[in-house]
Amino acid sequence: MLKGLMFLCVLCSSVEQKIYVVLNETVPCVRLLNATHQIGCQSSISGDTGVLHVLETESDLDWILSSGPHPPYMVIMETAFFNRSVMMRMKNSSRVAGVAVIISKTGLADNFSPHTTCPNQNTGVYSESYGSDLANCNGTVWNPLGNGLSYEDFSFPVFALKDENQTQVLRKCYEDHNQRVNGSAPQYPLCAMQLFSHMHAVTDTVTCMRRTDLQNRFSINPEVLCDPLSDFNVWTSTRPLNNSAKGHAADESVVIAATRLDGRSFFWEQAPAAEGTVSGIVTLLATIQALYPVTQEAPPPRNIFFSFFQGEAFDYIGSSKMVYDMEKNDFVIDMNNVHSMLEIGQVGLRSGQRLWMHSDPVSRQNKSVDTEVSEEEGKLSLFSHALSRSQPLPPSSFQRFLRARRIPGLVLADHNTSFTNRYYESMYDDAENLNVTYPPGLTPDEQLVYETDAAKSLAEVATLVARSLYLQAGGEEKNLNNITADPKIVAQLLYGFLVQKNNSWFRSLLPPEVTKKGVNSILSPGPPQFYIGLGPRVHGPAHSVTRFVQYILANLTGTVTNLTESQCQNPSELSTENKDVNQTIPQCIVTSLFNILI
Amino acid sequence: MTVAVFFGCTFIAFGPAVALFVFTIARDPLRVIFLIAGAFFWLVSLLLSSLVWFITVQISNKNSATQQTGLLIFGVVLSVLLQEAFRYGYYRLLKKANEGLLALSQEDTMPISIRQLAYVSGLGFGFMSGAFSVVNILSDSLGPGTVGIHGDSQHYFISSAFMTLAIILLHMFWGVVFFESCERQRWWGLGAVVISHLVVSCVSFVNPHYQGSLIPTYIILSVMAAWAYLCAGGSLRNLKLCLTCKDKDFLLANHRPR
Repeated sequence: MLKGLMFLCVLCSSVEQKIYVVLNETVPCVRLLNATHQIGCQSSISGDTGVLHVLETESDLDWILSSGPHPPYMVIMETAFFNRSVMMRMKNSSRVAGVAVIISKTGLADNFSPHTTCPNQNTGVYSESYGSDLANCNGTVWNPLGNGLSYEDFSFPVFALKDENQTQVLRKCYEDHNQRVNGSAPQYPLCAMQLFSHMHAVTDTVTCMRRTDLQNRFSINPEVLCDPLSDFNVWTSTRPLNNSAKGHAADESVVIAATRLDGRSFFWEQAPAAEGTVSGIVTLLATIQALYPVTQEAPPPRNIFFSFFQGEAFDYIGSSKMVYDMEKNDFVIDMNNVHSMLEIGQVGLRSGQRLWMHSDPVSRQNKSVDTEVSEEEGKLSLFSHALSRSQPLPPSSFQRFLRARRIPGLVLADHNTSFTNRYYESMYDDAENLNVTYPPGLTPDEQLVYETDAAKSLAEVATLVARSLYLQAGGEEKNLNNITADPKIVAQLLYGFLVQKNNSWFRSLLPPEVTKKGVNSILSPGPPQFYIGLGPRVHGPAHSVTRFVQYILANLTGTVTNLTESQCQNPSELSTENKDVNQTIPQCIVTSLFNILI
Repeated sequence: MTVAVFFGCTFIAFGPAVALFVFTIARDPLRVIFLIAGAFFWLVSLLLSSLVWFITVQISNKNSATQQTGLLIFGVVLSVLLQEAFRYGYYRLLKKANEGLLALSQEDTMPISIRQLAYVSGLGFGFMSGAFSVVNILSDSLGPGTVGIHGDSQHYFISSAFMTLAIILLHMFWGVVFFESCERQRWWGLGAVVISHLVVSCVSFVNPHYQGSLIPTYIILSVMAAWAYLCAGGSLRNLKLCLTCKDKDFLLANHRPR
């Protein structure tokens, strides 16, 4: 009897130790709700139990679904079988008590994307009233390899087995007790597994909020049934903006440069999101690093506003919040201040040094918008190709801005029609997918500064973006040669975001009270996960990725001051002060950098 | 399947004892009181022996397996000796209480004989001992799994239940023999009770070879049953008459006037 638990069993009696083996390194798939539906997986309140069976061949599938004599079965699924057809057959069968998927690279197909074929199709800009022939991916299917598994509703628990040793324990138990001998069925006692992942939330968000409300009002010990997905956006600008003055900012014309901060996969809190998200973050951070010194020496007429949006995988949480605040005059700028927008999409897998600029054909039917966009394209045309006027925008934050106002803008990507990312929003979109590999025998500190080809490629993209942003903001061409992204910083960023977040550079950026927290410190080993998470109430002040981006930005854009530690902790009038600790001397840095709760 | 194991083992372990309670003790409140007091005495003896064992474990070397096994054997022996000591203590207490009860009651005869007290106190010891032996195991049997994932024998639950049954009945028989030996000053009887208790407890170290522990226990159980029957005044002739329902004395004696 094997138990896959979400929490550790600390004080088991010795009899329990003779009966159960507790599995620790497991990751569940959780239930998610939106206004109308529920997706994800759920177990019954006291767990689901089933006889173990390892799914390696087609005959195993028949055994589980029809011929095996001891239903319900708990399926240990080899990587190759984790696809739509098998999972839908499991969903429709009553003989499956749960699934544990082995996550490994052996046996992995050459593409796997559990996301839908048309990401965020109902919350983008294309609808019946706007570009109806382009809505619902009628024009271009962006993620044709998507099997939509993340958006199905399973009534049994699905867990991911990430630890090879634990998988070996399961296999051994199966081989010792459950294997068929010469085609005849095995006899009791059999090896079985129990999975616990009970979810309190059901049906949809409306129902859940109503029930939580009832609990809060009438129950002595109210139980929270669901938590909202929430976190922070991060933004900064080349010229400081007064954060306390909301609404239209006088005499400000702003070019927005944006990218997304999050990703997702089928399982809870697993989202390496290398090509999908990290390529964009690293490029934008390198752009800021390249652009900032020049904008301080020779400031362009327009302000450049850099924004990192969180929660874009879930119907554009971050960007829709910013647009909403802008429209309600609850933000430092509003839509009238926005001159144009440049968004960085997936830019990591360029084939042949090419980038593509995507624009919105419907808004370009307006002559003035069209001219602006063509001008913007012209500034970027050194490396990239414009696209045909009939192709819609890929899923991007820019679509939410278009819903509010038809501003000129472009989305930069490494794909022409459909994504080059074959593992979009899955657990396999990791460093290897982005071709970030290090030669063997390097120490962690050497790996931190080793410039891979991917680092050099992203540094080129960042240089291009920085120069075109400068031109777009009205800067002069003679300053362009001073704008170059540093491949070393790009290499460090890639190492920190893809391989190991507990490295010497990140540690030097974070203040001591953040790094000191012990077991749940944000500097735990391994790469960071880009899932949006449940926000301040559950996870502490901010999610680790948001924190990292915030402190990296502080390091790249801030100026060192002479304040002492205690003076630094108290916020000043104009801007927040971020304390930055390098290895020898703690320093206090002043930046104009903000987090917006979404 | 496991709820079945839970109920099955519970009924195996406690069935005969509960039946004895219902048919012979439950109607008489005095007997119930002495049963519960007996159970309490056994509990105190367990508390003392576990205190000693806990202290010795804390000061011992936790990594040495031989030391831990030795400590376990020492703990078992100590517990058996303490239980028998408390049984003797309960006997003395009951003798004194009986005198007091006689003084208080309005009748001339004793409301409860020392033989009945022996039976009731033995059963009280048995109930509490059985509860502590088997309740933890029963609660683990409620889950969906059974013993065996690391290769242990699957018969753990059921052999524990049979062992508990034997222990409960044995305590009852030991109680009868013990009190009778104390009444008649036959000290070798006391010694036999203590030694058979030690044998039954120590033979459980042979587990998981359950045949090795259950068979000797049941042999001792039948020997003690016969001895207790003889102590209580039974004989072969009585048995034959009782079974063929021809014992007139018995029938007359139990014919209560309404």
